[in-house]
Amino acid sequence: MKSKTSPSRVEPANVDLSVRLGPLTLRNPVLTASGTFGYGPEYAELVDLEQLGAIVVKGICLKPTRGNPTPRTYEVASGLLNAIGLQNPGVDGFIRDYLPFLRKFSTPVIVNIWGHTIEEYAEVARRFSGVEGIAALEINVSCPNIKEGSKLFGTDLDAFRRVLDACRAATRLPLIPKLAPNVADIGAFARAAEDAGADAISLINSVPGMAVDIETRRPRLANITGGLTGPAIRPIAVKLVWEAARATRLPIIGMGGIMEAAHAAEFLIVGATAVAVGTASFAEPRTAARVVEGLRDYLARHGLASVRALIGTLQR
Amino acid sequence: MIIEDAAVAGQERRAGGYYLLSLRSPKLAALARPGQFLHVRLPAPADTLLRRPFSIFQAAEGEVRILYKPVGRGTHSMTALQAGDVLSVIGPLGNGFPPPAPGVHPVLVAGGYGMAALYLLAASAPRPGTAFFGGAGAADILCVPEFEALGWKVIIATEDGSLGARGRVTTPLDAWLSASARPRPIEFFACGPNGMLKAVAERAAAAGARAWVSMDRSMGCGVGACLTCVQRVRAPNGEAVWARVCKEGPVFEAGSVVWEEIE
Repeated sequence: MKSKTSPSRVEPANVDLSVRLGPLTLRNPVLTASGTFGYGPEYAELVDLEQLGAIVVKGICLKPTRGNPTPRTYEVASGLLNAIGLQNPGVDGFIRDYLPFLRKFSTPVIVNIWGHTIEEYAEVARRFSGVEGIAALEINVSCPNIKEGSKLFGTDLDAFRRVLDACRAATRLPLIPKLAPNVADIGAFARAAEDAGADAISLINSVPGMAVDIETRRPRLANITGGLTGPAIRPIAVKLVWEAARATRLPIIGMGGIMEAAHAAEFLIVGATAVAVGTASFAEPRTAARVVEGLRDYLARHGLASVRALIGTLQR
Repeated sequence: MIIEDAAVAGQERRAGGYYLLSLRSPKLAALARPGQFLHVRLPAPADTLLRRPFSIFQAAEGEVRILYKPVGRGTHSMTALQAGDVLSVIGPLGNGFPPPAPGVHPVLVAGGYGMAALYLLAASAPRPGTAFFGGAGAADILCVPEFEALGWKVIIATEDGSLGARGRVTTPLDAWLSASARPRPIEFFACGPNGMLKAVAERAAAAGARAWVSMDRSMGCGVGACLTCVQRVRAPNGEAVWARVCKEGPVFEAGSVVWEEIE
């Protein structure tokens, strides 16, 4: 087929997959989503960590945290409900037990952080400042388990701003707030992140959800409610990334139910600069690496020499 | 730990609605240790995301075998597998059973298809011991000939009395333990429901014997990342901490398990 838009031939090996997230340059736009890839060593026997654009580790707060009782997860059609409760080894435990392993790789490490209070967020950000081997901080304001009083940092715009201001004042590390999906206007949160001096945003976090065992009439999760992830939430995530991209010039890490390269391309087309693979890693640990190769083939097939030429190219 | 696409070597239906699935995998067969498990991607349905863990029942001649009973949509889809079909398998996973200490008489205690997790241990033990199998009825007592062929004495209990002693597996176990002529010292290796494991832990403590229990939990990733299958255990300093059943387990020394926190 001949037309003036007919793509020129590009060899997959020659496709430039590198992207920039503010001051960070990544070799490719495929990250792991926080909470789905542990702290790095868990998957290292099965996955070449050098093939990843960046590793985003499971959320860290100031002190070791026990998390929720079990059952903590429940599989639903095309999705996974979880309420792990942010179990983590704390700042010192992470630096002592996991960071030395991660430093052996050239892949940038992004640490997902959270706190019980605004002061704790800032303290965690401060403690990671200047620590060798940490490329950026993703700020988890949207986990359903975190709240100040009755206000969730991820869904209350004023609380969201105060968390970001406190973190921004505490560190020069690149900051990437992770946005909650259950807000009326995602654009307002994207703009607030930009105003607060964030370097990028990531979305979406899990969608609040619940399931019940009708025989026992008990909730499926010990925490009663949890966060839904996996392919079930992908259209929600694509729509919110599209809206956020129109509201801010910050680069966006899009995520939610990415199982293959085609899904990643969807996020890039609606405006994401990078993507993260989450729940899919539990099923197929090599999904992120496969998405990288699949994106390369897709871009070559469309005559695009750089992944950056795909970002925000939704046709109307 | 490896991930590979393994071809189905065969599948046969066993009594009681159980299935024996054989996978062709010289690598997994060579790596498998007693008490470890495989994390298997289900062939269907398409909206099923997570893998399912299965104890490695047997590993020999380039094949690994698992024994399962279809309970949900995912495991029902496995019953249609035929020779030549391919399954993605991660394994062998987890910390299995240590070898029985020299000079002890090994005692196996299995509830339902828990004995699947014990066969490799029985096959590799320095000497055969005594195995106690319990189930709801005769149809739930599996693989007795396989264990007897290894020289083990198998003692059976069923709750409906249709085979062996009537009652739980602890009924004949308690009788055996109280016999003055029984072998000493002993060491327990158990797999089954949590209530049974706890009962074995109590008998072991009373007998001054060590017990190793293999815990059956719903799992997510199978490799220690998702923190779904956590269990409270006592660290060496006595503090209660989380252990991941898929990584630090599935086998735990019974004395380290915090039983009161098992729902």
